[in-house]
Amino acid sequence: MRATPKRDNYDIVVIGAGPAGLAATVFAAEAGLSALLLDENPGPGGQVWRAISSTPVAEREQLGADYWAGADLVQAVRSSGAEIIHRATVWSLDRNLEVGVSVGGASAFINARRVVLATGALERPFPIPGWTLPGVMTAGAAQTMLKSSGLVPDGRTVIAGQGPLLWLLAAQILRLGGRIDRILDTTERRNHIAALPHAFAFMTSPYFAKGLAMMREVRAKVRVVTGVNELSAEGDGQLATVTYAAGDRRETIPAGLLLLHQGVVPNVNLAMAAGVEHRWDDRQLCWSPVVDDKGNTSVEGIAIAGDGAGIAGMEAAVFRGRIAARAAVQALAPEEAAKLAPMAMLRTNLARAERGRAFLDTLFRPARQFRIPKGDTIVCRCEEVTANDILDAVAIGATGPNQLKAYRRTGMGPCQGRLCGLTVTELMAEARGKSPQEIGYYRLRAPVKPITLSELAAVAKTEADVNAVVRG
Amino acid sequence: MFKRSDQDTRRPLQIFVDGTAVEAREGDTVSAALLASGRDARRATAVSGAPRLPYCMMGVCFDCLVTIDGVGNRQGCLVPVAEGMQIEIQKGKREIGR
Amino acid sequence: MSKEYDVAVVGGGLLGSAISWGLGRLGKKVAVLDEGDIAKRASRANFALIWVQSKGLGMPAYTGWTVRASETWPTLAAELKEQTGLDVALQQNGGFHLTLGEHEFEQRAQLVTRMHNQVGAADYRMEMLSVSEVKKMLPLVGPEVSGGSFCPLDGHVNSLRTFRAFHTGLKLFGVDYLPERPVSAITRAGGEFHLSTPQGDIHAAKVVLAAGNANQTLAPMVGLSAPMGPTRGQIVVTERTVPFLPHPLTTIRQTDEGTVMIGDSKEEQLDDRVLNHSVSAVMADRAQRMFPHLARLNVVRSWSGIRVMPLDGFPIYDRSESQPGAFVACCHSGVTLAPNHAFEIARMVAEDALDAELVGAFSARRFGEDRAANGSGYY
Repeated sequence: MRATPKRDNYDIVVIGAGPAGLAATVFAAEAGLSALLLDENPGPGGQVWRAISSTPVAEREQLGADYWAGADLVQAVRSSGAEIIHRATVWSLDRNLEVGVSVGGASAFINARRVVLATGALERPFPIPGWTLPGVMTAGAAQTMLKSSGLVPDGRTVIAGQGPLLWLLAAQILRLGGRIDRILDTTERRNHIAALPHAFAFMTSPYFAKGLAMMREVRAKVRVVTGVNELSAEGDGQLATVTYAAGDRRETIPAGLLLLHQGVVPNVNLAMAAGVEHRWDDRQLCWSPVVDDKGNTSVEGIAIAGDGAGIAGMEAAVFRGRIAARAAVQALAPEEAAKLAPMAMLRTNLARAERGRAFLDTLFRPARQFRIPKGDTIVCRCEEVTANDILDAVAIGATGPNQLKAYRRTGMGPCQGRLCGLTVTELMAEARGKSPQEIGYYRLRAPVKPITLSELAAVAKTEADVNAVVRG
Repeated sequence: MFKRSDQDTRRPLQIFVDGTAVEAREGDTVSAALLASGRDARRATAVSGAPRLPYCMMGVCFDCLVTIDGVGNRQGCLVPVAEGMQIEIQKGKREIGR
Repeated sequence: MSKEYDVAVVGGGLLGSAISWGLGRLGKKVAVLDEGDIAKRASRANFALIWVQSKGLGMPAYTGWTVRASETWPTLAAELKEQTGLDVALQQNGGFHLTLGEHEFEQRAQLVTRMHNQVGAADYRMEMLSVSEVKKMLPLVGPEVSGGSFCPLDGHVNSLRTFRAFHTGLKLFGVDYLPERPVSAITRAGGEFHLSTPQGDIHAAKVVLAAGNANQTLAPMVGLSAPMGPTRGQIVVTERTVPFLPHPLTTIRQTDEGTVMIGDSKEEQLDDRVLNHSVSAVMADRAQRMFPHLARLNVVRSWSGIRVMPLDGFPIYDRSESQPGAFVACCHSGVTLAPNHAFEIARMVAEDALDAELVGAFSARRFGEDRAANGSGYY
């Protein structure tokens, strides 16, 4: 049996043990706040530092310096005095700062004076024909297996998409002796021009040199096709081929594994269920919470740090975590705040870490045809709803994602819209000639992750609520 | 589809997939162990019966759903393997009481 | 935008859709004015029962109206299937209200007796069943189940697919569905109604108010009244599982897709954006005591909705005397009553006269000055 929270209230509850969550927890705990860190994974690190304390990959340079940069924070959080619970699934958060968390099949409700959501990012849906076939996975999935289990692709492998993570993954696979047959780069050629105005900032950012070196390393070993503007996966119950077009060239290549990636987007489910206001971000093409410069959201007491507040990367996440925690300390124990790094310094560090982001966002802005699918391509993987199904619903009156549920059940499966929500919003926006902001998003509610009926049944019940249900 | 790195010195342990003994490593998630095993681990969806394998490996897509020690629809990518664990590949809707 | 319609229906939920579909079926030129993506929509939050047992205590006419709807559902389902190809998964093999413990059983038995004693109530064979009788029909019930009431007329349907079928049918009938047009004012001039919306006025010879609880504010604009007493209901739903429940219950039903819906609460709190976990826990607890096998299923979603509930629980159907051509329709149980709305109410609107024999009892005039009431429109 895993540990359940020791108390029923904390000064601060941090959700997610990636860079932002770890940094926030360390700051808060070191300033003397009672801190609880809840994380769904078996160990700390989030996605970027996944399995940092357990990876079987012994040769450190294979995973890269950025990966091991997390070790200090993990060490710090363990000696910070904060309570840390892994394999803890937070399934509810409300405006009263009550956190519902499931650990080992039992739920507890915890009250917090401050909540820092550090739920990070997930990979943007990549709805191409055949993306539900066995053998098609996200690049992040392959990277997770590489880090936590030392697993690398060994059959015919194609990586398709764009963005920094794609190149990092390719380099890591090659270093560990894995196989990559082809990389299909979907970056739109016009993005190179659009990104030019941001190039100077990028060249002076830490990403620049690292990125170039990695691309060079990969290109030396793998054939890379650029300008890919059509992509599909085919096979009878299992991936067999990948077909792509790049300019005039069209080719079908055999493949047992297709790894897809076109950037990451904030993981918004818990924040939205808590009632946090979100806006459509036209540059990053996703929903981002409305936050102030301390990470505070529209819900009093809830701050968001890290990529969950808009994609800015690992280094920025650390500073955003510290800023959110410092603001919490300032509010709850102002006399302790002086011990922490000054806010102005944190902001300067954050600004430096964010440098170059506009360039990356513009260069790696995913192409329309890879965000807004057509025809029989599945949009909602859980309920198996196609693009055409959604357009049919729009034609008979579905106005937005919530009405669409009534027509087609999109977003009503276990993933609760995580893999279809952005696609649905953009598809409906295009079909109706409206902006994604006007179309909106699913209205989300607890449980944001499934819990068993018996676990829900064990939650404390009031007499009044029994009477609200039981009737002759 | 995937192979193990020869750097991997983690302790092997045994799990059972549809009754057959399969080697996993301590620290693997159920989904990672299944993908590493080379077995056909495709589930069939509850909606159309379409075959699926894990897609995201980070707990958000629910395509890794699997029956673990008699409990259906667990997210295999979030559950670490344990010695003697019984895994069943799901075909279609979850059975009541499982 | 000015366009002439025979009828403007305000509200695109199940009630408004059913009436509009029925009017379209009669060849009328109809506009349906609806809100946008976010609105209080009882017809998306419903439990999808076609329910007869215990309906109408305090108003026998409601029992008759409900039985009529139940009997007409097969006709509606068949017409929708033929027109749209959509199978609404109608199942009418009887439904249960299960009781836990002796006290609940006795309470339910008393209700059944009161229903049977009500003068003028239609005979719909609602009866109490012992545990052993229940077990023959529902083999998976748990040891705490003490019995229950059963009515052979009860059933359920896929309500979201019914909604989609109506809307598919509206399109085929040439009805204009006009979303994102909440109505702010209704005036009558030159023998027609002018309905103000953010996207311009709509003109129609007749108007039907089917806007749920919002009828309360809309009805006085056309010389009608619709006193409402909304309550909040909360529902949880599980992942899909193989079929295990051959009959629907008042509080548990398995959809044709396989998910298990577990309801429901009756709360005074009217904010449909928040959830009460304690209420969910009570519902989950009762569900697993009724069917212990459910305990290990995952709950994947929960939601709350605001019931459309006339003050005494019974429907309101009225035609305005001061502004001829204006009708109001509001009720709970929009799923159960859908055939009546599609066939009967639509016909009456088309004929510009409410049929006193069928719906005379449902005039809001029954509220008079004293609006206090306590019927059982609800099960």
